[in-house]
Parts: sequence; structure tokens; C-alpha cells
Amino acid sequence: MEKTNKFVIAVYVENKYGVLTRVTSMFTRRGFNIDALTVGETESPEYSRITICMSGDGYAREQLINQLRKLYNVKKVEVIEENSSIKRELALIKIKNSSQTRADVLSAVDVYRAKVIDFTATEMCIEITGDPTKINAFIEYMLPYGILEMCRTGIVALERGEGTLLSKKTKTGVHKQN
Amino acid sequence: MKMTGAEIIINTLIEQGTTDVFGYPGGQVINIYDALYKNRDRINHILTAHEQGAAHAADGYSRATGKVGVCIATSGPGATNLVTGIATAMLDSIPMVAITGNVPCSLIGKDSFQEIDITGITLPITKHNYFVNRIEDLADSIREAFQIAKSGRPGPVLVDVPKDVQVAVYDFEPQGIVEKIPLPKADDASIDEAVALINESKKPYIYIGGGAAGLKMGKEIIELAEKIDACIGCTFMGLSAVPDDYDRFLGMQGMHGHFASSISQKHADLIIGVGVRFSDRATGNTAKFAKGTKIIQLDPDFAEINKNINVDLGIVADVRDSFLRILEKVDKSEKPEWKNEVASYKIKEEEIAEKAAKMAGSRMTPKMVFDVINEYKLPRTIITTDVGQHQMWAAQYSKFDTTRRFVSSGGLGTMGFGLGAAIGARVATNDPTVLITGDGSFGMNLNELATAVTYNVPLVIVLCNNGVLGMVRQWQNLFFGKRFSNTVLERKTDFVKLAEAFGATGMRATNISEFENAFKKAVEINGPVVIDTYIDKDEFVLPMLPPGGSIDDIITEKGDDANGKN
Repeated sequence: MEKTNKFVIAVYVENKYGVLTRVTSMFTRRGFNIDALTVGETESPEYSRITICMSGDGYAREQLINQLRKLYNVKKVEVIEENSSIKRELALIKIKNSSQTRADVLSAVDVYRAKVIDFTATEMCIEITGDPTKINAFIEYMLPYGILEMCRTGIVALERGEGTLLSKKTKTGVHKQN
Repeated sequence: MKMTGAEIIINTLIEQGTTDVFGYPGGQVINIYDALYKNRDRINHILTAHEQGAAHAADGYSRATGKVGVCIATSGPGATNLVTGIATAMLDSIPMVAITGNVPCSLIGKDSFQEIDITGITLPITKHNYFVNRIEDLADSIREAFQIAKSGRPGPVLVDVPKDVQVAVYDFEPQGIVEKIPLPKADDASIDEAVALINESKKPYIYIGGGAAGLKMGKEIIELAEKIDACIGCTFMGLSAVPDDYDRFLGMQGMHGHFASSISQKHADLIIGVGVRFSDRATGNTAKFAKGTKIIQLDPDFAEINKNINVDLGIVADVRDSFLRILEKVDKSEKPEWKNEVASYKIKEEEIAEKAAKMAGSRMTPKMVFDVINEYKLPRTIITTDVGQHQMWAAQYSKFDTTRRFVSSGGLGTMGFGLGAAIGARVATNDPTVLITGDGSFGMNLNELATAVTYNVPLVIVLCNNGVLGMVRQWQNLFFGKRFSNTVLERKTDFVKLAEAFGATGMRATNISEFENAFKKAVEINGPVVIDTYIDKDEFVLPMLPPGGSIDDIITEKGDDANGKN
């Protein structure tokens, strides 16, 4: 059995009605299980960018890319390589606030370069941005202090350097099937 | 020129070369039907009995000609009735455009009468689809639909048009027929690699599928077979790409394939796949399929490379171009040993057939029925089928004299496909058309007999009547301890009377001489004919590779205990 890895794929899609549904419907149809998915605007109003995180072997990765490329409205699909990219995620974490734990929590917020964005006598809300592994570590550290509620945005990622995804030549040399 | 949306739809269809459409009117397509009425001298509409029949007819129309088939249905149930037909076309990569009406934009999302999200429903079963909520986008959406349907690996496209868009008025200027989006040409390195693999091969097997059949590549495939001394096998969808009387052609391989074709594929050292997708019905157990055999796959769809089977070389490009370049570059060679080996498999196959014929005794076997059909069918006959045992017998025994002569639901396996498809194929080509069906499948959409009668479409319908759902029964016989759960059709349908009630001709054949007489008469009749043909309920489709098995598990004859009692 081939090893299961986490990987990140960036997809440029036309900014049109129903395109996200086309993408997610394909995941269901082909049996892909996605860890996280983010969608947002890009430098061009014509396109939205979808960032997908998935765990799977090489076969699953190839299939996901090929099936994405087959969709109309999908303009570009590229793997974001681990060692040449910047990945960021944002999390909002609401935890209990009490005089016994406050100092510990605040020092962790400081060490992790997080931010307190809401503060009451009984709770505080922390914003943390960073690489997902950093966020995971912070959450793990916070668990004993009582996490009341939490949400994460999922990853956004860009490749380092001046190159852009849209200008990148598709590696396989295989053109989009029509 | 100013036109209503409905007129733009019809004029765009005409502009794209559509001469025939299949459909059914309804509340949200009245405007489209009004435009059809006004243009009835330019475009022919065939009213089916059910929208599913219209979708299958558009599909059959396309399979027989390669043209884009078109069907029209109203919103809600009209649209959902197309679904099975669209899925059938999708699984077999058939170019088709389905036009549906929908409720006006102001009523969308309000669960209005006959409102359904058909673009949502058909997302996974279309190549692409459109919900056109702006009249400005209407003509171009339909043009794009045609382009997508026929480009690359073909497939169905649906265009959903709300009623207010059909009523709105906008400029329309006719344009030319949209061209297919050209596929890239393969690079020289991969062509050279393919040539090297072929030159090294001592036992090549050219394996052709629906892609090759759709491109009518029979001539080129025969040229390659001659040049490198290869044999040819095909998938179910590849049938009729190469004429059956060509001696290097071994027929269909796979679950119910010819023995010689499947076993030659196993023993080949190189499979040259042309427009094949290695479906589970073709490969059986993928871990055992073509073990130790090198595989080249030529296909327009990159997602098919290494999807089901890992190949040694996948060339994703214009298939005809790649094939012709390979054909030109490969060395001419003779391979007498491989030829002898294949010949020995053919002898084995004949022995199996002879043994089966001896065991059959005097009863009318499917093989005998097809011998008669092959002998008396007219030149250029199109064989259409439904799904089940009769379909596999048709695939095994039918002899095709030219391309696009086999119209059958391969990927989806849609029972009820045949009659609509036969009407579509006949309307498209005016070539003689025979529908092979079973009493189970025919029961699903026999209402289209009314369509065939109304439009006087000549069809010979050979109804293999065994009183059971034969294919499921065969599995129950072999793998479910003869527990014939719900596969015995204790119906009292008199198919001769039924045909007559519809205004068609009905005949009955209880033995082979009756069948011969009936079939000879039927091909001369200018209208639909149903021949109620009695087949024993315990006939098997053989050979058979058991599900999940490989060629090593092939079942070639029916064991003594395989005669079900019920």
C-alpha cells in the first residue's frame, strides 16, 4: 500500500453561479473525502481560488487533479508543493476565562503570537494565524483550559517567488481535455 | 434580427445542423413548441410517448451517425424523465444536447409547480450543463453545449431555460456550426516510445473501444494489424468498429467475451488500447488483468490513464493522429508463432461452440436465432439492444458489416434503452434497424411502440421471451443457490396482440423455422414488427468470467446442475 499523505491543491475557477457546487459534487461522485476547502476572491475578478486539503495516496492525488481538470469552469489546477510554498490558516478560539488560568493562557497567546480579540470575565476569544501545524499545537496546548467554541478557516496557500499559478505551465504537459 | 428566446433556441439548433429533435411538450416549453411549429419545415420533431424515450432516441440518433442528438422536455417531471437517458449517454460518451424548460426566474427556488433543479440533478451525469437566466447568454450557451458535447471525449450537455427567458426578445444572428475544440497532438517522444514497444512485441493485441468506434477507425486499425501481424479484440463499446468477417478480429473480450479474444489478451505481451477505459466488465479482477503484459493506451481523456489499470504508456492526445503516426513509424513484421497461438485459441472456441450446440438438442437457442438474423438481415443493418442476456448474445453473435451498427447501453446498462434508441437510429440513418430485446427490458419502455407506429418507423423487434429476468436468473443460478428471487415474470402478456393493439405487426416464433419465416417476412414490412421469440428460461450467456474473477476462472459450459426448477 502506498503511503497516505496530506497535500494541498489550488484551483482557479471561473467566478460564476454554481461553480463551487460543480467542484464539490464531483468530490461526492468520485468518492473523495476532503479535509478542508476554502474559496475566495483572487487578483482577477473573473476567477475564484479554491484551496483543497486532502489526505490520500498518489493515486487519489492524481485522480483528484485529473477529475478537477476535466470540469468546465476550472481553469487551472496545481499541487502546492510543501517546501516551496507559504500556507496560512486562521482560527478563532473561545476559551474559559478565570483568574487561575488567565496568566497561563495569555503567556501562551504571547508565545504563539496570537491575539486576544474579545475579553469578558468568563471567556476570552483568541485569534491565531499561521501554519496549520502551529495552530494544531496551540489548540492542543489550550485544551486543558477549556475550549468553549472554535472555528478554523482552512488553509490558503501561495507558492514562493514571483511566479503565479495562472502563468505556471501544467507539469504533466497534458492539455486540458475538451 | 429580433427573436424570442424560444425562437432563438430553435434557430440555434437549426444553425448547429440539427434536423431532427425528439421530445415531449409541457407547460414550460410551450413557447419552444410554438417556435418548433413555426419552423416545422426546417426541423423535424418526433413526439415520443415518454421523455425517457426521447432521450434514448436522441442517444440512438447520435450513436448511429456521430451527430449530436437533441431532445427537449418540459420542467419538473419532464426533465427528471430525461435523467436515465442522459446518464446512459454520459457513461458511453455519446454527444447529446438536452433542452429543458423551467419555471420563470421569479418562481425559481419557491417549489413552484413543476419546478425542479435539473442542473443540480444532472451535474454528475452531464459533461457540463447550463442554467440560462439571461436572454443575452442563450444562443451562445446552446452553441457551447454543442461544442462541449462533441469535442474531445464526447458526452451529454443539458441547457435549462426558464420560461421568461424563452419569452424575452433579443437579437439573433445565425452563425456557422461550432467546430470541435482540437485535441493536442502527441509529442514525438511518446510516439517513438509507443513504436519501440510495438517493435519489441512478439504478441501484440490491438484492443479497440468506443473511442475507436466513434472515430470510425476500423480501416486504420486493420492496417496496423496487417503491418505488425497482430490480432484485434474489442470492448463491448468497440463492436462494429471492425467488420466481423475480418479474420484477425476475435470479437469482444471480457466478462461475456469470446474465449479466443479474452485468452489472447491474457497471453499477449502488448495490449495496444485505442479508446478503451478498462471498465470492470472488461477487466474482471484488475489485480490479475494483463499481468506481465505491457499496455499502451491512446485516449483523449487524461483522467482515463491509470484510473482503472496502470498502463506502461498513456498517450493523451488526438487519437487518430497518434494512431496514424504510430502506424507509419512501426516496422513491418511477421509473427507466425503468435498467429498460430491465436489460431489454436480460435479452434478451442469453435470446439466449445460445437459442444454447446450438441448439448442444445432441438430447442431454439439464441445462437440459432442470431444465425438467422445474420443471414437474412439487410446490408447496413443497425442492431440495437436492451440490457440483459439478449444484449450479450447480440454482442457475441451479431455480424456487423460496417461501422456504427451496434447501438446498446454499455456503461449504464439501461433496461428500456432499446426501443427509443432504435427509433432514433432509424430516423437518423434510414438504414434497416433490428431491435433485440427481452421481455423484461421491453416491458420497461414498450410505450414507444406507439411512436414507431405513429411515424411509421420500420423496425424488426426480436423479443427474446423467456418469461424471466434472464441475466439476474443466471447469477442466481450460479452464485445464489438457485433462489430465483423475483426474476420469474409470471405475466400473461400476449406480445402479438400487444403489438397489434399498438397498430404494429405481431408474429410468434416458438421454434427456429417459425423464427426464420417470421424474420424473413419482418424485414420486408414497412413498419414496426414484433417477433415474440420463445427462448428457454435457463439459457446461459457463456462464456462468463465470474464477477471479480479473471480469465483463469472462465466458465465455458453450463454444468449439469444448472437447470433451475421453479
